[in-house]
Amino acid sequence: MSPVMEGYNFAYLDEATKRMLRRAILKAVAIPGHQIPFGAREMPLPYGWGTGGIQVTAAILGPSDTLKVIDQGADDTTNAVSIRRFFTRVAGVATTERTSEATIIQTRHRIPEQALREDQVIVYQVPQPEPLSRLEPRRAETKRLHSLADYGLMHVRLYEDIARYGHIAKAYDYPVMVNGRYLMAPSPIPAFDNPKMDRMPALQLFGAGREKRIYAVPPYTEVKSLDFEDHPFRPIRAPHACALCGSRESYLDEVITDDRGGRLFVCSDTDYCSGRVALREAAE
Amino acid sequence: MYVAVKGGERAISAAHAWLDETRRGDPALPELTVAQIEQQMPLAVDRVMAEGSCHDRFLAALAIKQAKGDLIEAAFLLRAYRTTLPRFGVSDPLETDAMRIRRRISATYKDLPGGQVLGPTYDYTHRLLDFALAAEGAERAEAPQSEVPAGAVPRVTELLAREGLMQREEATDAEPGDLTREPLAFPAARPVRLQNLARGDEGFLLALGYSTQRGYGGNHPFVGEVRVGHVTVEFTPPELGFPIELGEIGITECQMVNQFKGSRTEPPQFTRGYGLTFGHGERRAMSMALVDRALRATELGEDVTAPAQDHEFVLYHSDNIEATGFVEHLKLPHYVDFQSELENLRTIRAALAREAMQEAAE
Repeated sequence: MSPVMEGYNFAYLDEATKRMLRRAILKAVAIPGHQIPFGAREMPLPYGWGTGGIQVTAAILGPSDTLKVIDQGADDTTNAVSIRRFFTRVAGVATTERTSEATIIQTRHRIPEQALREDQVIVYQVPQPEPLSRLEPRRAETKRLHSLADYGLMHVRLYEDIARYGHIAKAYDYPVMVNGRYLMAPSPIPAFDNPKMDRMPALQLFGAGREKRIYAVPPYTEVKSLDFEDHPFRPIRAPHACALCGSRESYLDEVITDDRGGRLFVCSDTDYCSGRVALREAAE
Repeated sequence: MYVAVKGGERAISAAHAWLDETRRGDPALPELTVAQIEQQMPLAVDRVMAEGSCHDRFLAALAIKQAKGDLIEAAFLLRAYRTTLPRFGVSDPLETDAMRIRRRISATYKDLPGGQVLGPTYDYTHRLLDFALAAEGAERAEAPQSEVPAGAVPRVTELLAREGLMQREEATDAEPGDLTREPLAFPAARPVRLQNLARGDEGFLLALGYSTQRGYGGNHPFVGEVRVGHVTVEFTPPELGFPIELGEIGITECQMVNQFKGSRTEPPQFTRGYGLTFGHGERRAMSMALVDRALRATELGEDVTAPAQDHEFVLYHSDNIEATGFVEHLKLPHYVDFQSELENLRTIRAALAREAMQEAAE
């Protein structure tokens, strides 16, 4: 384990910056799904590599917290290792790979399979906080559309998928309505994870460093994936069982095993998967 | 059977150790010192200070050494350090007409008060590789010296303004916005735009400035003047109420003179595009001045038709620290999203195949 670095404030950011971040977080919690601009700082990790999530985590982290960091659902992917190591060095907090043991979970692209609790906070790394960005690149205009709750553009976009493919073809970063008011980008989690956001007991915080926006979903808030009455939202997962733990419910990664079409599927949530394997082994 | 392609802490440490090795290069050769970089690659140092948004020659040179000469990486290192520094306040405006001039040229007048001073420039050098430089330890030729001409060096734009031909800029005591504290918002005021451009990527500014010359939002520019030299930085602490000299910095300033057709409220006159950068950076200051002028299209009642005139397009994409982070983040694993796209595509293809089968059967 790396030693705690001398010469830096707890969790790297100075207290004035943390206060600025906490004010933005409080605003975000007060207006669920609404993007709050904040003075994102340059971090010692690159923009686009989780600086928004890192700043949010740094602002809410206390010495008694236990931190879990995942990327693609896994604790041992390089960027997750790098971010966990960063907080070990600058805050010296306890870290864990167990979802149930964590008080703060910073994530990129997944929500853990195990349901989160009221005493936990999940911090999402967000590359693009604006759900309308691919339909309208000008932020001055998307801001206006949000203030008018004018989300026709997105409905048309989803409808075009149905007209062309027979179903909505958006597979990740699938747009959601929060508390019946704001359209929100859930970050590039697979649409499979969207239902977990709805009325989640844990506080959900979203940090976009490069785009300098923070937003939030308070506990037990309604989060509804956009759909149509005759084309209801349907989460997608590969129709297989995990090759390691046998789960037919979890989200799966596809692994290519040779160049002759050989492949297998394994859980993307490594903690969930190893927990199930351990249970099975204990039973045997 | 299944080997996870995942890197642990050990892999990361090993990769960084290897990086250190490649930075040092052949250990038989002497190691570059930070002082050598600072002295002998001054233009690289200047660019890193500008894009790193921090005037410190030593730190910029150190960053260049650490980044193996990758100037964007070096600017990133400097920015990340800069963020940790306290912010005491805003300096008084620089008085660039009191600059200690090293170079000063005007393209609009053959001669003018203060004169044309070529200074240390690559202009008019013939771009022939100098193989004599490959031999180390050669005697350095002394540059001839002459007396500094006495007298003021007024700015060309000011000379024009006195004649009423150059639009006056409104002086204000208001503290300018600071992008390092407050996020960009639109409409963005000119001081914030200029701050953004001053930190912007040189290549991006160059290409945008160039595009205005080729007809994308053009407005024929003249180089009123480019001046390079040293200016005094002063700061007025509110508790004292009078300015204190903090020191001196090297800067390059460019004022472009642009045509303006006039409007209902204003007669035809020249308008200016402004560029300022740390150190010696003429390409950068000139490009900045072209883009600054292009971004003034709306306030001058001109049509916004080109990328260089589009505030959101320019200001959101000028920062190379943000840009390189986001472009390079594509290296990070995306297999969760890719997997959902795969399943999506397979579903669509399967449906198409079923339809084709049915059609063939009918």
